[in-house]
Amino acid sequence: MEQERVIDIQHLQKGFFNQEVLVDVSLQLFKGENLVVLGKSGSGKSVLIKCIVRLLMPDKGIITVLGEDVNAMNRQDFAELRKKIGFLFQSGALYDSMNVKQNLEFPLQRIKKGMTQKAMDEKIAEVLENVGLSDALLKMPSHLSGGMKKRISLARTLVVDPMIMLYDEPTTGLDPVTSDEISLLINEVQKKYKTSSIIITHDIECARATADRLIMLHSGRVYKEGGIEAFECSDDLLINSFFKNGLI
Amino acid sequence: MNATIKLTAFLVEIANFILFMSLTFKETFSRDFEFNEFLKQCYQLGYKSLPLISITGVIMGLVLTIQSRPILDDFGAVSLLPSMVAISLIREIGPVITALICAGKIGSGLGAELGSMKVSEQIDAMEVSSTNPMRFLVVPRVLAATLMLPILVLYADAWGILGSWAGVNIKGDVSFVLFVSHAFHTFGPIDFFPAFIKTIFFGGVIGIVGCYKGYNAGRGTESVGAAANSAVVVASLLVIIVDVIAVQITDMLI
Repeated sequence: MEQERVIDIQHLQKGFFNQEVLVDVSLQLFKGENLVVLGKSGSGKSVLIKCIVRLLMPDKGIITVLGEDVNAMNRQDFAELRKKIGFLFQSGALYDSMNVKQNLEFPLQRIKKGMTQKAMDEKIAEVLENVGLSDALLKMPSHLSGGMKKRISLARTLVVDPMIMLYDEPTTGLDPVTSDEISLLINEVQKKYKTSSIIITHDIECARATADRLIMLHSGRVYKEGGIEAFECSDDLLINSFFKNGLI
Repeated sequence: MNATIKLTAFLVEIANFILFMSLTFKETFSRDFEFNEFLKQCYQLGYKSLPLISITGVIMGLVLTIQSRPILDDFGAVSLLPSMVAISLIREIGPVITALICAGKIGSGLGAELGSMKVSEQIDAMEVSSTNPMRFLVVPRVLAATLMLPILVLYADAWGILGSWAGVNIKGDVSFVLFVSHAFHTFGPIDFFPAFIKTIFFGGVIGIVGCYKGYNAGRGTESVGAAANSAVVVASLLVIIVDVIAVQITDMLI
């Protein structure tokens, strides 16, 4: 039986100022899986997931999310679809002027309209516990470490129960111990929230820990696709150079 | 060739600015107005500017009085000093100087704040969580600037009158009540309303330029400084241009 496609990208193209970043990318994300997208810096990994949430508009190609063609949708309909997609930014992108509680309340107040304050408080306490930061409720983002920011940012996306998670380099800039913790957290999120995820990463250890399937982007195209074993046993020089160094 | 590219870039910038203004205007009348954010911005842009505006107001009145006195003295018209200072302050100097000070403080603040939010992907994060950043960030700030600037100008005018009274008393002994009655003796609605109305436009210009520059900042940290700087320069220039237009319109109507 064919698996259910949550995201289906066909022949995606995107360029900036006459420079083609994505030349022809086609990929699928299946329900419940963690798909890791690997590639060198500038290979268009972040551009790919930004096109999925329409932070960038593709030049050509079709992106279907939960059966809807995102580029054909009007702003209002797409805003509804976006409520089902969580996006973890590379920098965390926590709102500087708000404390942790307000950061988590912000999407709840807008996406889960009509939710009582008590229900919001309970939901916030639950997600903070899930990311292991229950005591950070009233802290400001400037008082959090890089790893804590990533966790709070993850909690902010989880608080609205997304069906799809997009992680933009979740372990970049973190020490190896914290990176491992974030990788474990990504797996826990997958199990607990039954999410389907695309994980953009340079970090081979993160890829090993989280991937159900991998895709490598190179020169704006899908270079290789398969399980972690297929990549680790590959004779391809490009893939080998990445996996031997442990970091792309 | 270079001049053509610069001209094209300039025209594109103007078109983008007009588009940004029309989007802001449209979002102002949409549902789900962010009232709490608006109040917060009124506090940030208005209340927190009071100390700076107080000092500026006193100095405006004081300096204008000290500078004008010798000339009026030559013509034997020192008794006209309070009304001359009051009319100058309220019609022109108060609104323009206060607007220029606010272009520096509020314009740069908005440019830097939204610019850094853009660089750190906070605006993208809002967009992704189904929040319209124009509605949440831009509309409350532009409206707060539009509402607060006329209030700040009136506040600066009041301090200016007080400063002028202090200036008069350097070489004389005039009670505050007498000074005020002299100051507003010839003062009419035509001296107040055109000046007040133009300050609403000054506020709007400062708010929209600050937000536009910050919202459209580049991706690097360097662009935050550039956005703040550019917001001050463009807002100050537009304040002067709006003032010239307002004076011409007032002149035609009177």
